[in-house]
Amino acid sequence: MSIDTETAAKVAKLARIKVEPEALPALAQEFNTILGFIEQLNEVDVEGVEPMTSVTPMRLKRRKDGVTDGDMQDKILSNAPDAREGFFAVPKVVE
Amino acid sequence: MSDLTKMKIAEARDALRAGDVTSVALTEACLSAIEGAGALNAFVHHTPEIALDQARAADARIKAGDAPAMCGIPLGIKDLFCTKGVPSQAASNILKGFKPEYESTVSQQLFDAGAVMLGKLNMDEFAMGSSNETSCYGNAVNPWRAGNDDTALTPGGSSGGSAAAVAADLCLGATGTDTGGSIRQPAAFVGITGIKPTYGRCSRWGIVAFASSLDQAGPMTKDVRDAAIMLQAMCGHDPKDSTSADLAVPDFEGMLTGDIRGKTIGIPREYHMDGMPDEIEALWGSGRQMLQDAGARIVDISLPHTKYALPAYYVIAPAEASSNLARYDGVRYGHRAKLAQGDGITEMYEKTRAEGFGAEVKRRVMVGTYVLSAGFYDAYYNRARKVRTLIKKDFEDVFAQGVDAILTPATPSAAFPLGQEVSDPVQMYLNDVFTVTVNLAGLPGIAVPAGVDGHGLPLGLQLIGRPWEEGDLLNTAYALEQAAGFVAKPAKWW
Repeated sequence: MSIDTETAAKVAKLARIKVEPEALPALAQEFNTILGFIEQLNEVDVEGVEPMTSVTPMRLKRRKDGVTDGDMQDKILSNAPDAREGFFAVPKVVE
Repeated sequence: MSDLTKMKIAEARDALRAGDVTSVALTEACLSAIEGAGALNAFVHHTPEIALDQARAADARIKAGDAPAMCGIPLGIKDLFCTKGVPSQAASNILKGFKPEYESTVSQQLFDAGAVMLGKLNMDEFAMGSSNETSCYGNAVNPWRAGNDDTALTPGGSSGGSAAAVAADLCLGATGTDTGGSIRQPAAFVGITGIKPTYGRCSRWGIVAFASSLDQAGPMTKDVRDAAIMLQAMCGHDPKDSTSADLAVPDFEGMLTGDIRGKTIGIPREYHMDGMPDEIEALWGSGRQMLQDAGARIVDISLPHTKYALPAYYVIAPAEASSNLARYDGVRYGHRAKLAQGDGITEMYEKTRAEGFGAEVKRRVMVGTYVLSAGFYDAYYNRARKVRTLIKKDFEDVFAQGVDAILTPATPSAAFPLGQEVSDPVQMYLNDVFTVTVNLAGLPGIAVPAGVDGHGLPLGLQLIGRPWEEGDLLNTAYALEQAAGFVAKPAKWW
């Protein structure tokens, strides 16, 4: 499995990280090095093995589906790069 | 009184209770040590006012006779922990300016016990790294040097600032976090003790998430007793973390008898790595002998899937990271890129993340994105999770055979020069070869300093315990510590 610049560009897009076109060949090369390392997993016989979902056998606790916290709009917005009139502000998303 | 900073937590606790020293005096001594240690770049946000307020409150508590063990003890807190009103950046530019409105459960528990926060500690960005070189603050520096060579060495990572600060006596203990070895590897590189408890022992609430199924907090301290005391205060059930275990926390310090007669210690043959320095092999052999002399039964064991732990980790951890780090989008906190005319929300995300994340973080987020993407999910992510099941089963099998703890080297080398391995990600990943299995299996693991190499640099051994048996593990570590008698300290150059 080898990653080309087109795949690297697609991955960058999916990850929402801007990568300049001239940086793509080096990025693809890095992916190939790391994936080459990961390929070792193909040597393992995993027939009939369950993929791990929880490392400690625990049953998640249940609680009433009720409101336990809230009323802190100011706190929630206090770290926003741009907050206006009680909302997070972002560039226009609908025409 | 610079000697105050050299105190261990247990000594300081006893001196505080006896009225021989005040928390304010201890705290002031640490603050001045920190001021003089800028060259180590361990503390990246200083909180002297908070520290002195907390110290005064601790002194009042001690006077009133209400003093838990950690009361009045000055600590450093890794930058990964959210601390209310204090910058908490995970050493990333994308969280520049972020001041949480809340306190992480672990730091809150320490403060409730009376501990004092001196400031925030350097680390690898989002805890992704093994040398502290991916930090947005620049790397921390190891207080140790190789003989007379003044080459700057890495304190390890990701908890490199925590390691450097404790080893250089800037604080009495520090919090760390460990996803693949980030407490144990730096502890070994600077000659201190670091324990990663069983997954679920410490609440992850308020700790910036890297790989949620692997991340655990733990203490980094000057010896095993201090680790027991500090871990005690950090552990416990937290309803705000659904994976935190609702189990009673035993009295870890009370379990330190040093008596390990009749215990069975396993030596895994797969941890003999090609190209491992002779000094590490020799240290491991002498550790084996020490435990045997202390009355333990030593058995050779096999953990057949060890070799596949690192590749599995480098699928699972990036996959979880790509999901966890999706939240850094320039909307709710931290950095937002300056946008050009006509840029929409997608450009905002892409530019913000390109500017805010460092190279290693971007690399891992993109690898994670790839292994989770349509068409590759089964081949990579699901396969890695199946291998993880097998790695955990390896440990379950040896524990079922009666093994109480497993002895391994902590790292494949002593601390290496800064700048040496940063260009080759896979080479850097190999640092975690002995520690990463423990995270994949959710087990407790502890690094104990056990000797020095030919250049006088510290080397550590790792003990791995049964799930939830940190007390027993700490006791075995205590026996090893007593036998090893490691007391070396770095000569002050900073």
